[in-house]
Amino acid sequence: MSATVDYDELLTRYEPALGLEVHVELNTNTKMFCGCANEFGGEPNTHVCPVCLGLPGSLPVINGKAVESAIRIGLALNCEIAQWCRMARKNYFYPDMTKNFQTSQYDEPIAFEGWVDLEVEGKTYRVEIERAHMEEDAGKATHVGGSGRIQGADYSLIDYNRAGVPLIEIVTKPIRGAGEKAPEVAKAYVAHLRELMKALGVSDVRMEQGSLRCDANVSLAPIGSETLGTRTETKNVNSLRSVERAIRYEMTRQAAILDDGGKVRQETRHFHESDGTTSSGRSKEEAEDYRYFAEPDLMPIAPSRDWVEELRATLPEPPAERRARLQGEWGFSDIDFAAVVNSGALGMVEDTVAAGASPASARKWWVTELARRANEAGVELDELAITPAQVAGVQALVDEGKVNDKLARQVIDGVLAGEGEPSEVVEKRGLVVVSDEGALSAAVDEVIAANPDVADKIRSGKVQAAGALIGQVMKAMRGQADAGKVRELVLSKLS
Amino acid sequence: MMSILKRSAADLGRAMAAGELTSEEITRAFLEQIEALNPTLNVFLAVDAESALAQARAIDARRAAGEDLGPLAGVPIGVKDNFCTTDFPTTCGSKMLDGWIPPYDSTVVTRLREAGLIIVGKTNMDEFAMGSSTETSYFGATRNPWDTDRIPGGSGGGSSAAVSSYMVPIAVGSDTGGSIRQPGSVTGTIGVKPTYGGVSRYGLVAMASSLDQPGPVARTTEDAALLQQIIGGYDPHDSASINQPVPDLLTASQADDLAGVRIGIVTEFQGEGYEPGVLERFREAVEVLRAAGAEIVEVSCPAFAYALPAYYLIQPAELSSNLARFDGMRYGLRAGDDGSTSAEQVMNLSREEGFGREAKRRIIIGTYALSAGYYDAYYGSAQKVRSLIQQDFDNAFGQVDVLISPTTPTVAFKIGERTADPMSMYLADLCTIPSNMAGNASASFPAGLSEGLPVGLQVMAPPMEDARLYRVGGVLERALEAQWGGPLLDQMNQIDGSKAVSA
Repeated sequence: MSATVDYDELLTRYEPALGLEVHVELNTNTKMFCGCANEFGGEPNTHVCPVCLGLPGSLPVINGKAVESAIRIGLALNCEIAQWCRMARKNYFYPDMTKNFQTSQYDEPIAFEGWVDLEVEGKTYRVEIERAHMEEDAGKATHVGGSGRIQGADYSLIDYNRAGVPLIEIVTKPIRGAGEKAPEVAKAYVAHLRELMKALGVSDVRMEQGSLRCDANVSLAPIGSETLGTRTETKNVNSLRSVERAIRYEMTRQAAILDDGGKVRQETRHFHESDGTTSSGRSKEEAEDYRYFAEPDLMPIAPSRDWVEELRATLPEPPAERRARLQGEWGFSDIDFAAVVNSGALGMVEDTVAAGASPASARKWWVTELARRANEAGVELDELAITPAQVAGVQALVDEGKVNDKLARQVIDGVLAGEGEPSEVVEKRGLVVVSDEGALSAAVDEVIAANPDVADKIRSGKVQAAGALIGQVMKAMRGQADAGKVRELVLSKLS
Repeated sequence: MMSILKRSAADLGRAMAAGELTSEEITRAFLEQIEALNPTLNVFLAVDAESALAQARAIDARRAAGEDLGPLAGVPIGVKDNFCTTDFPTTCGSKMLDGWIPPYDSTVVTRLREAGLIIVGKTNMDEFAMGSSTETSYFGATRNPWDTDRIPGGSGGGSSAAVSSYMVPIAVGSDTGGSIRQPGSVTGTIGVKPTYGGVSRYGLVAMASSLDQPGPVARTTEDAALLQQIIGGYDPHDSASINQPVPDLLTASQADDLAGVRIGIVTEFQGEGYEPGVLERFREAVEVLRAAGAEIVEVSCPAFAYALPAYYLIQPAELSSNLARFDGMRYGLRAGDDGSTSAEQVMNLSREEGFGREAKRRIIIGTYALSAGYYDAYYGSAQKVRSLIQQDFDNAFGQVDVLISPTTPTVAFKIGERTADPMSMYLADLCTIPSNMAGNASASFPAGLSEGLPVGLQVMAPPMEDARLYRVGGVLERALEAQWGGPLLDQMNQIDGSKAVSA
């Protein structure tokens, strides 16, 4: 493992440049070039046909819906949409590539020259988009034996269900000037793309399933230098947290090499979730020759301007406008709203409100309780196994007085553990609060009898002492009492 | 039996419809001819007599039940071995695919089945359709029925020899640079390369995708027209497929004269390098066409001079990419897979063993032509030449309705004569390549004999104007047959069965 240097300290000497390549799997019904189902998972090699298996004689036919999604993505990224473009063949060998070439786009991408604005800790960063192009995904190879990589494996199992799934690859221009915030800007960029793709409805954007994945190029140059340093490309970083960690790690690793007077090797690197480090993959010192040429089996794509304008009309509200609108609708203070945005909970809060919860309660659950759990689990908020509708369901139980906040947390535990809908969890775990006067009254009487001193204090008017008794009653009821009712009972019995 | 074999596919169809013959009788007759001649000619790589007869009986039963079947239902047909078939191996003449049975049918084959044709077998071809002599087949050379010491043309020599030796009345081929027309020319048969996109390529194992085009092989213009009407037309599985109805080729093939038809002779395709006998037959054919009412003019297509070198960059480039999938991993040959070698070595060994010399030569040329430092100099320049050829055709078709030339500069050469010299082999497709580069329609029709061997006349028409080929071809056919006193193939000698092939 390479030596690393202190992150804050390296920034006094080096300026990072980032290049992000994000692959988005489109959620079209069928694959890019054939009629096979575009579904995640399934028994290996069940969603396949001669075309996506690349059998001799098979021919691709482009999926019109994928082109439509590509154009909408391009428009949402403020890109130009090509008047005329083509698919190209990218020739290289890889075991999970059925034809030993990938059908992609090269010098004629469908969308190019765009930008997105990101807000990171109150500052706006503009990320320029070089291109967004269409391509097909490869199959999935599992190398068995050895290190789990192809080298040294005993054998490989290949599942072609993913072969031919439509992808959009979004490539940024070099992102410079982010300085110490580079990892956060990268994270915000990927988060922004996720939000955008979700709003467009073009992808499931599930990073853990690989439907949105990021390759992060990082280089360091001495501060003030005009030219970029040698870059490394960390492949398939598949969570927002990992994007940030991988870039931070690469910056410190490269700085250590440069500080020692060494040279950064241009190579691909693998990111390790377990310890946040990267390790060397394929060397890229010799540029690969993909022998690109226009795919002769597919006709050029020439989206009419009318169609492009029709698609532009289907774009979701731009993120900044949406934020302004939501803050107004919810009546949150700047601080409360910033907490929602910074925790990445905007979409979830919006959906929870739409499912019937009050904005304040939706905010409370996502920004406090669920954010804490996501953080503990090292996942993003929307990767938790609970939906906004379920959170609204939990809040409804609270509002109805069936559970209190403490029990509500247990309901959330149950939902996250896959025990079902909130009401089912309440039932299974027996979490309903006891509001039965008789049972509560008996418990209160017991506690009063056991604590005569405290009871006397309350009788003499020190109402704030009631808390101690209420706590004991709640404990005796194993938390399943309606705290308000307990308080009422204690005070009425001691008045 | 000869009385059945010599009848055209259309005649056989009519005889079945009239109840004069059954498909079973017909199929049996052709199967016997295959059995008799295949050991000598090495035309068919796979034949399934039992299945063919069963299909024939099924057609007979349907006809007996009063079903109204198409004009070629019950007619036997041969299919070039690069069309995927679920009931025969599809080898492409290569060891790489020896014994491979595809899990799907090509669109052409599906349409033949739907039209009730009886696919009797798969015909030999140059390996992966690269060659002009059918000598590069892993399964041995096919011989020309006119002279078994000679080549039957390539790459579709099997289909053309099958039709010219009466093993089947019709066949399908594929034409990338002349692989239907050049064998047609040297075997005295009709070979049509339809407009690119006119017949689906789905399930045709690709050689060079932007040039490949399936088409008919026949003994009469009428048969070719009927066959193209069956296999042609829009196919949503092929992006290049033209979404328009197939023109009425049959009616075009029955035209009486060429009144009002302007025919251009390609200036560049005559003279040096063309055998005198070939040019003589060409000039006589021109006079026949003039006599039928056509107006004849000379048209210059200067970029055609560069068609051959440009073709030999584009075609290997696309081929190198198309053949990349043959890596020994998922189908076909796998060599060196004893557990002691890496996946990469298995791929290398499989390719080393599976591909023949010509395939390797072209893969290397194509890989080189596409590589980063040479793309502009080679592939890029070749694409520019391609545009110039298209412009030449556009200009020419602004002046004339069709263009004509000899189909090949020479008659069939001897087996082995050109194998050591690839450049001389490539010249066989000199006249046919421009049409593939431009994607227009083109066909070869028998034009007579030179030194006892067939000579072909090539007719070229604008894209989607395939009907013009059939009009010119039909008129030429009837005029020449009147002169000759019967079809050209009648002048073929009895095939010398002593030269059994060893493969």
